[in-house]
Amino acid sequence: MKRVQFEHSAVPYLFIAPQILIISIFFLWPAAQAVYQSFLLEDAFGMSSQFVWFRNFEDVLSSASWSRSAIFTVIFSVLVAVISIAISLFLAVRADEVIRGAKSYRTLLMWGYAIAPPVAGLLGNMMFNPLMGDLYKAFNSFGFEFNHIQNANDAAFVVILIAVWKQVSVNFIFFLSGLQGIPKSVQEAATLDCKSAERRFWTITFPLLAPTTFFLLVINLTYAFFETFGIIDVSTKGSPGGATATLVYKVYVDGFIGADLGGSSAQSVLLMIMVSVLTVFQFRFIERKVHY
Amino acid sequence: MFRKTLMAAAAVFALGNTAEAATEITWWHAMDGALGGVVDQITADFNASQSDYHLVAVNKGGYEDTMTAGIAAFRAKNQPNIIQIFDAGAATIINAKGAVKPVQDLLEENNVKFDINDYIPGVRYFYADSDGKMIGMPFNSSTPLLYYNKEALAKAGVDVPKTWQEFEEAAPKLKEAGYIALAQSHSPWIFFENFMSRHNLQMATANNGYDSTDVEILYNNDALKDHWQHVKDWKDAGYYGYYGRAWGANQDAFVQQQVAMWIGSSGSFGGLRKSAQFDFGTSTLPYWKGVGDAPKSTFIGGASLFAFSGHSAEEDAGVAAFFQFLTKPETQYYWHKETGYVPITNAAYELAKKDGYYKESPDAEVGIQQLSEEGGDWTKGYRLGFYVQIREVIYREVDTIMNGEETVDAAFNTIEEEANGLLKRFNDTYSN
Repeated sequence: MKRVQFEHSAVPYLFIAPQILIISIFFLWPAAQAVYQSFLLEDAFGMSSQFVWFRNFEDVLSSASWSRSAIFTVIFSVLVAVISIAISLFLAVRADEVIRGAKSYRTLLMWGYAIAPPVAGLLGNMMFNPLMGDLYKAFNSFGFEFNHIQNANDAAFVVILIAVWKQVSVNFIFFLSGLQGIPKSVQEAATLDCKSAERRFWTITFPLLAPTTFFLLVINLTYAFFETFGIIDVSTKGSPGGATATLVYKVYVDGFIGADLGGSSAQSVLLMIMVSVLTVFQFRFIERKVHY
Repeated sequence: MFRKTLMAAAAVFALGNTAEAATEITWWHAMDGALGGVVDQITADFNASQSDYHLVAVNKGGYEDTMTAGIAAFRAKNQPNIIQIFDAGAATIINAKGAVKPVQDLLEENNVKFDINDYIPGVRYFYADSDGKMIGMPFNSSTPLLYYNKEALAKAGVDVPKTWQEFEEAAPKLKEAGYIALAQSHSPWIFFENFMSRHNLQMATANNGYDSTDVEILYNNDALKDHWQHVKDWKDAGYYGYYGRAWGANQDAFVQQQVAMWIGSSGSFGGLRKSAQFDFGTSTLPYWKGVGDAPKSTFIGGASLFAFSGHSAEEDAGVAAFFQFLTKPETQYYWHKETGYVPITNAAYELAKKDGYYKESPDAEVGIQQLSEEGGDWTKGYRLGFYVQIREVIYREVDTIMNGEETVDAAFNTIEEEANGLLKRFNDTYSN
């Protein structure tokens, strides 16, 4: 019998081994632990534990506050992703056109990238402080009856604003480099063919930026789902009435503060499933429209 | 931080020279800022007072961070000797069978004289089990107090209200004088838990949760609902300021003289003295005349120290020695004076009186007086699992009462339902 087999070398495996190791230790192992914990009722100190099948999932899914928080999380994430992508695309296009002092403009626009979410939350918190916050006063002096302490929509507006602000600079960097990757010749040809800058943008620039935009959409949704809890913890803590509590924030409150390991693990597993479904959806349906 | 490290390093050096065989014991606590400095001083004093043990105190952030760090360390079998756990987290650590050594056993095993009656009534049984055995050593203990702006009350021509009925009479006059009459900083602690204690109302079945984890909450009662209906009415009439759930936001409203009276902790005293640019006084927590059998003593808030199990007898002896040092009248008096927390033993209270401390600052005595008021069946404390989450539910529902999204009745039904669900989960987790 003839064996059709290529010679395998161990070298490639050696090269990816560190990465596999890191993923295993920092992602696969904890994820497996979370799945295991989600089937247990265990006291915080690990003195006793029992296997309860889907009890934790039933408790989570039957809670009204969890459903409310799930709905808010989806709305919040979509808004944060879409708004921050739109703003940063606009800024990147404008910054790309600037010739004099371009470097300083760009550097200034990238600054926000270095700010940690809780710090962004703290800044937002100060600006919206009812006693001394400038934005709070400004909104009210324009005649809005703005009160994020009591009004759920106003509170959602505050956390979305902070989350968007924090993310704009990240997106800006990607868009700017994406724009600079568009060949000059293509742009010049387009300028000859079409006078309207707006049309040129939608027919030439935007489609060429589509891979970047798609990548950012995935990244931004993940950001809004997972990384914004620092902002929420520092600014609203989910108030008023749980209206701004995202799912990750609930996992944190129940698991870390409330020491309910089984319940919060079940919540994380559900969250993991949600985000996986969302990502698969994006790759199947949105990525089709992207041309590389 | 750097200075602290330096001081700790210096302390280690100093000790290394004098006592090489000292047994090291560690204490994780949640006291930062000025309070952390007082803890460091007490630690240094203890280390200087004897040469057998060397205590290392480490700040692990806030209450929740400290508890989480303790849980993680215990699960990794790397726990400190002593951990500070806050009131709402007490049930979690006490019900984890075998995680801690009852402080009473620890002291008696090491021949330290222990009599629970040496402690002031308010703190005596708060961290005890149902048989009255002390499990956690009360440490920083505070209680809710009313702070009032003297100038504001004088302008409106009203006296400090002792009861809510008196408050209702004073509030419109304060409004006329340009003030919102009242704000408070911790709805679950002040207007739920201590409401029950102040009026001697039962908070939960099974002896407020001390006898069993199979327990139900009794918050859904007319007295408490009636109180919250009043609070809502006061808010709508402009007598009550609601600045959200954050402690600081409500306190700031008092500091900036928007509100004339504010209910906070007896431990807030020191901080207010620095931040408030006006003359203020303290008074006891108001009560509804004719409800329950008010006025009774309030609960303590704050935290206690637990001795983790799994350490050598030698280290446990060190913990006992430290607890003995900590409860000495002189140490307690120092702690009381520097922080505003109440002294936890009768002897320390006597010492403070004898020293004339309350003559020079009478406001500092109000907290301990309130804790020493007559107790009832339901004033010794509560022991409820997942109480941290129950407080979250309360915060959430108070928001909905205040913004009118829900009626008081609806909000209390939700509180009852969700709290009982959490208590049942806790019972299922911890009862076997």
